[in-house]
Amino acid sequence: MKKFSHKDLLGMGQLSVDDIELILDTAESFKEISTRDIKKVPTLRGKSVVHFFYEPSTRTRTSFEMAAKRLSADTVSLSASGSSMVKGETLIDTARNLQAMNPDLIVLRHPSSGAPHLLAKEIKAGIINAGDGTNEHPTQALLDLFTIREKKGRIKGLKIAIIGDISHSRVARSNIIGLTKMGAEVTVSGPPTMIPVGIETLGVNVVCDPVEAVKKKDVVMLLRIQLERQSKVLFPGIREYASFFGLTGEMIKGAKNDVIVMHPGPMNRGVEISSEVADGPYSVILDQVTNGVAVRMALLYFLIGGYKK
Amino acid sequence: MITWIKSGELVDPVQGVVEKADLIIERGKISKILPPGVFEDREHRLRVIDASGRLVIPGLVDMHVHLREPGHEYKETIETGGRAAVAGGVTALACMPNTIPPNDSRSVTEFVLEQSKRANLARVYPIAAITMGQKGETLTEFGDLKEAGAVAVSDDGFPVVNSEVMRRALEYANHQGLVVISHSEDISLSSAGMMHEGVVSTRIGLPGIPAASEEIMIFREISLARLTGCPVHIAHVSTAGSVELIRRAKDDRIPVTAETAPHYFSLDHNAVMGYDTNAKVKPPLRTKDDVFAIKKGLAEGVIDVIASDHAPHSPLEKELEFDKAAFGMIGLQTTLPLTLQLVREGILKLGEAIRKLSYNPASILEVSGGRLVEGVQADLALIDPEYEYILKKEDILSKSKNSPFIGKALRGRNEMTMVGGKIVWERNKAHSGR
Repeated sequence: MKKFSHKDLLGMGQLSVDDIELILDTAESFKEISTRDIKKVPTLRGKSVVHFFYEPSTRTRTSFEMAAKRLSADTVSLSASGSSMVKGETLIDTARNLQAMNPDLIVLRHPSSGAPHLLAKEIKAGIINAGDGTNEHPTQALLDLFTIREKKGRIKGLKIAIIGDISHSRVARSNIIGLTKMGAEVTVSGPPTMIPVGIETLGVNVVCDPVEAVKKKDVVMLLRIQLERQSKVLFPGIREYASFFGLTGEMIKGAKNDVIVMHPGPMNRGVEISSEVADGPYSVILDQVTNGVAVRMALLYFLIGGYKK
Repeated sequence: MITWIKSGELVDPVQGVVEKADLIIERGKISKILPPGVFEDREHRLRVIDASGRLVIPGLVDMHVHLREPGHEYKETIETGGRAAVAGGVTALACMPNTIPPNDSRSVTEFVLEQSKRANLARVYPIAAITMGQKGETLTEFGDLKEAGAVAVSDDGFPVVNSEVMRRALEYANHQGLVVISHSEDISLSSAGMMHEGVVSTRIGLPGIPAASEEIMIFREISLARLTGCPVHIAHVSTAGSVELIRRAKDDRIPVTAETAPHYFSLDHNAVMGYDTNAKVKPPLRTKDDVFAIKKGLAEGVIDVIASDHAPHSPLEKELEFDKAAFGMIGLQTTLPLTLQLVREGILKLGEAIRKLSYNPASILEVSGGRLVEGVQADLALIDPEYEYILKKEDILSKSKNSPFIGKALRGRNEMTMVGGKIVWERNKAHSGR
């Protein structure tokens, strides 16, 4: 029997191939629960999970809430605007106060890279990184791995393109680490202003031209262009981006016939992805969302220690 | 009273000689330097200090220190910074003007000098701001500040963005006999940056500060020094490209001097890997290649000075998310062991290392110190260069403990510090000051 021996999930770097396989296998068995009429098992009854979201989130937050509730854990949800952070309390102090109430797990979404690492050093409860700044979003990467494996039957040896703002994307970073670890061949693409220096050292190819990047790929993963966050000099504008880097039905023809198209959401239709592709036959975007719940159930189960029983 | 420092290895950083000698100190000055066995003890009131097994070095002259007073006394005061200094073998330091209010006027300069007199530890030389409020617009009154006791001008922490202002500062400071110290940073390139832009920033998702941010500004300072013929001192050099620019400027006989800090030759950007805010510093810790180039620059005389850039911050500024934490680390007590490491690595000879810590900065600032010869003030330190230890938080006398070297093994430490012939610090003993 394989064992999962982490207190926290801070990033994909800490997970071994065995860890990842164990999580995906377990998620597979949890996925069925969400299809039942009564979508609840008592696995985590009496356990409490704090969902601490310093940044707005619809998908990730709801997905974690659903996952915890389907395992019968009690959940508390905090957002930055409703927390004492707006009253000037530091992250560490807020966390220590939460710790004093003895939760089993804290799920943290935070705009600062490394924020969950800071918490993990300070408090006893396990921490799940639900996205930290421009660093990592490991649960997204795990649900993407799950979806790829489900659709393709394997991850090893697949050719995968990730297109968009690689520099500022935590989804890209986690996926690059996870996919290369699992033996996929990863190409990143986007305007050179959005490709961080030395990204090849993470084991990926860089092909700025998206038409080239998509060619003969098994998987094409798009990233959200964060219109609200980007500095003005990264690219000239939305129109320019859409016409040169947006994924169209024409471009996708260069990929393999059975290509799947992924997007972590929320999508900017008509910018990084055309509606034709988003709603087309290759799209697995909604499967990703479905699988997110199962993967997060598996993670809650392992990190709260349900496996010890 | 006469003091006899007996049987130590005396380091002369100018001649580069290390030899056994006895030092006789009278009225705060070195009156005689004698070969061992020559001095005869015929005095009644003679204090003998056994320096056998110790190096006797001129006290460190640290030309880049933030003492935080006035304004941020919860981080450091002139007294607590002074204690850390003398514990680290520093007998004189120059303190940067980015206090609250900034040192842009005679009254602040006089206040700093008054407080350092009260603390009575290391000698303190104030560095005044280049521009009023360090805003980069109007020059401060260099003449008045010099008369009040300032030894240099710098807007450290805030680069002078306007090149015309910098040009005039160089010209006018030179006339008033003040050196201009440049914090070289193109802030439009480094704006949101938190660490060096490279493979580590890419890996851990932190916005980067490219090497070019420093190099562009150093190139400007060199151009202005060439244009005006006036000297400029480059603070905290951290990149290989910067070393090359300064090397070429020196080859062209442009009046430029340069300093680096021990962390730029002891650590690289991998130290930031676990989001350790104590490794967050400006300029940022660079790559292994840069570390190599800094060492080479020191060895080849391109970099004249090693200064701590001691920058105290409390947990309020450091126990935070990485992007919210302040830049800077303390260094007064770690400069010496980290520099001695360069001697052990064969990068610098002992005399050269001590010269970069004392004689060279004293010369640039035109202050006393940096040599132990007959007739000079007895500002010195007795050090045990091979002593090995783990740096502990409790060992740090600075009010702030923001050092990335806590818990790390260091080798070489100061045992006793003397300023003006008076012992101001001795291991395991309490001293009231000089």
